[in-house]
Amino acid sequence: MKSIIICGVGGQGVLTASNLLSDVLLEAGFNVKKSEVHGMSQRGGDVIATIKYDEKEVLSPLPSINNTDYILSFEKLEALRNINYLSENGVIMVNDFIWEPLTVAAGFAKYPEDIIENLKKYSNELIIIPATKIAQELGNSKATNIVLIGVLASNMDINKKIWIETIKKNVPPKFIDLNLKAFERGYNYNK
Amino acid sequence: MQKELLSGNEAVARGAYEAGITFASAYPGTPSTEILENISKYKDDIYCQWGSNEKTALEEALGASFAGARSIVAMKHVGLNVAADPLFSASYIGTTGGFIIVSADDPGMHSSQNEQDNRNYAIAAKMPVIEPSDSQEAKDFVIEGIKISEEYNTPVMLRMTTRVDHSKSSVELGKRVAIPEIEYKKDAIKRMLLPARARVKHVEVEKRQKKLEEFSNNFKYNYIIKGNSKIGVVASGISFQYAREVFKDAWFLKISMPYPFPEKLFLKFAKNVDKIYIIEENDPIIENFARLAAPEKEIIGKDLFPLNGEMMPDVILSTLGKKDLTPKFDISTLPIRPPSLCAGCPHTATFYNLNLQKVYVTGDIGCYTLGGLPPLNAMDTCVCMGASISVGLGIEKALEKAGKKIKQAAVIGDSTFFHSGITGLNDIIYNKGKSTVIILDNSITAMTGHQDNPGTGKTLMGEETHKIDLVKLIKDGLELKHTYEVDGYDVKGIKDLLKRELDREELSVIIVRRPCILLYKKARWSPMQVDSEKCIKCNMCLKLGCPAITTKNEKAFIVEDLCTGCTVCSQVCPVDAIKFTDNNGLHIADVSIQEYLDGGKK
Repeated sequence: MKSIIICGVGGQGVLTASNLLSDVLLEAGFNVKKSEVHGMSQRGGDVIATIKYDEKEVLSPLPSINNTDYILSFEKLEALRNINYLSENGVIMVNDFIWEPLTVAAGFAKYPEDIIENLKKYSNELIIIPATKIAQELGNSKATNIVLIGVLASNMDINKKIWIETIKKNVPPKFIDLNLKAFERGYNYNK
Repeated sequence: MQKELLSGNEAVARGAYEAGITFASAYPGTPSTEILENISKYKDDIYCQWGSNEKTALEEALGASFAGARSIVAMKHVGLNVAADPLFSASYIGTTGGFIIVSADDPGMHSSQNEQDNRNYAIAAKMPVIEPSDSQEAKDFVIEGIKISEEYNTPVMLRMTTRVDHSKSSVELGKRVAIPEIEYKKDAIKRMLLPARARVKHVEVEKRQKKLEEFSNNFKYNYIIKGNSKIGVVASGISFQYAREVFKDAWFLKISMPYPFPEKLFLKFAKNVDKIYIIEENDPIIENFARLAAPEKEIIGKDLFPLNGEMMPDVILSTLGKKDLTPKFDISTLPIRPPSLCAGCPHTATFYNLNLQKVYVTGDIGCYTLGGLPPLNAMDTCVCMGASISVGLGIEKALEKAGKKIKQAAVIGDSTFFHSGITGLNDIIYNKGKSTVIILDNSITAMTGHQDNPGTGKTLMGEETHKIDLVKLIKDGLELKHTYEVDGYDVKGIKDLLKRELDREELSVIIVRRPCILLYKKARWSPMQVDSEKCIKCNMCLKLGCPAITTKNEKAFIVEDLCTGCTVCSQVCPVDAIKFTDNNGLHIADVSIQEYLDGGKK
């Protein structure tokens, strides 16, 4: 069984990305379970979705400490917040992007400066991607989540065609082109 | 067979469709809200609606069952407290068309004020309760529940929990069954609960529960899984999935109907094992029945496992001493990201002013509860839906009796006012209270994700309907002369009105109007910016807690992507340093509220 965490800040498209990923895995023939947290956390709070998949039956939909294979974080601080879930051989992929929490803006707290060092220290493999910058270059920062999905796809062993077909099915027609370009940029980033 | 990945809530909606349900009602509440939202996708086949509160919603669904329709009502766990009165009567009366009551409990309190276990309600009201453990069962149990309801003349409680509601897993889709035609018959003996009849009914209910216990012993979703050890595990709901991940060689008794408890099945299971773990979230419901059934057996339940929170695999493992959960990195040092009112939220200016006025604020449940968090800090109590107004009256009267005086305001949203705030207002009028009641009218039920309510002019099925006007209702209907309206973005207007009305020795109602900013997020409103030359670092704008306002080189800085140009920060700036980036652009605050509602959606 494999498990993936997608995390970020409410409004960044975490849940959309996690739905897309679930559909890809289902299409690839796996049993899939997905969990997410709704409610108050949608108002500018942190958001986390977990996807678990296996050829056999998947039981708990929740992530376990030290037992998650991939973490895909849309924001740097959120990557560190979820680092304890990562397994010994896990891969963490982080958008090179800072979204200051309100507590930082209001002066109650400080945005940590040593995030990358800590991520390096506690992970087997760390990939940092300027996904928001790439999406902006493509003309729409909202495509950040698909750039990141592209990076995740390049690290997973699932036929690329399935990803592309699922993106086509999941996004509105006028955004297909943008999203496919975003996916390619992410997919080829680490190569 | 067609398979789809559905959330538990989507699966309940699908189950309602396949079971031939034709009536559905609810009041929104996390984690239950999406059940009715998804049922509305089948609106050609299922009449569906929002009730003003959970009590009316349950009564309406019960009425539909009386009329012969298969019906369903959904609510969050605390909603069932509101609906408890008809719940108990419904059990005595029984059903005509099958009737499902969905209680969405929230172990771990992801978005609730308590962690009550509503299986207790099923036991107290003497009705069967079934607990799905994934989306497939969520769908199947609606269909099963309808059958049980019709065969045993009882409402059936479907106990969901947050993780079942909001997790997705695959579901096999089926066809909608043919709906039996049941002619509506008057039946006062059955449906008019008078003491003399209820005495007879109670005897029948107890007999029914005995029969249901036999049913539970043979219910196909209560089943034994053989193991390779002498350890047994009894589990229900999502805990069943968690437990199976942990206890790999154990025997399992999956309980889908914890009440009436399948005692014979449990005893048959218990014979195979030496030691039994009972894994269930919140209260020891199954455990208590099991201990009564087999007092000689070694049973481990809430004596070891926590009564609070979720029973996820990590919790089970660490309780058993099999996994060390000490984190490799201490995340408690990281800045938290608490939920906050949105940029452009029409509630912000009211809380900013309440904070400055130093009044005692009784609060209520909705997005606006966030006005009680820093930096706004403008709320002193939050009890339950509708309590702001009535709790405020109690405080006022008690202090008056003790010869003390405070300035007190009650803050409540439009949907919560319709839900149960209006009865508190009746009490203030009747008992000559002097409170200032503030209704934050953002024209939607916002916190649960934008559901319509009696004040919005639209039904769940998307039809136009009469819009109850709060000003007319209170000023003309209740004849409250001190009823005032103010724009949510008018900082000075709110301030002046608050000052005047808080000093008044009479009840007044202030209706702060502005639609929820998220209703219009797609419109291109011109944002604002801070003139850093002018900024004197006074931090007044930062006290609004607006997510669009941050600091750059110690001076205020507005993130243009997030700013909606509501102008509230520019109104609190003492040196006039905040201006529109585009003076000729579209400005939210300049658009009248009616125009905004009619044409603001771009």
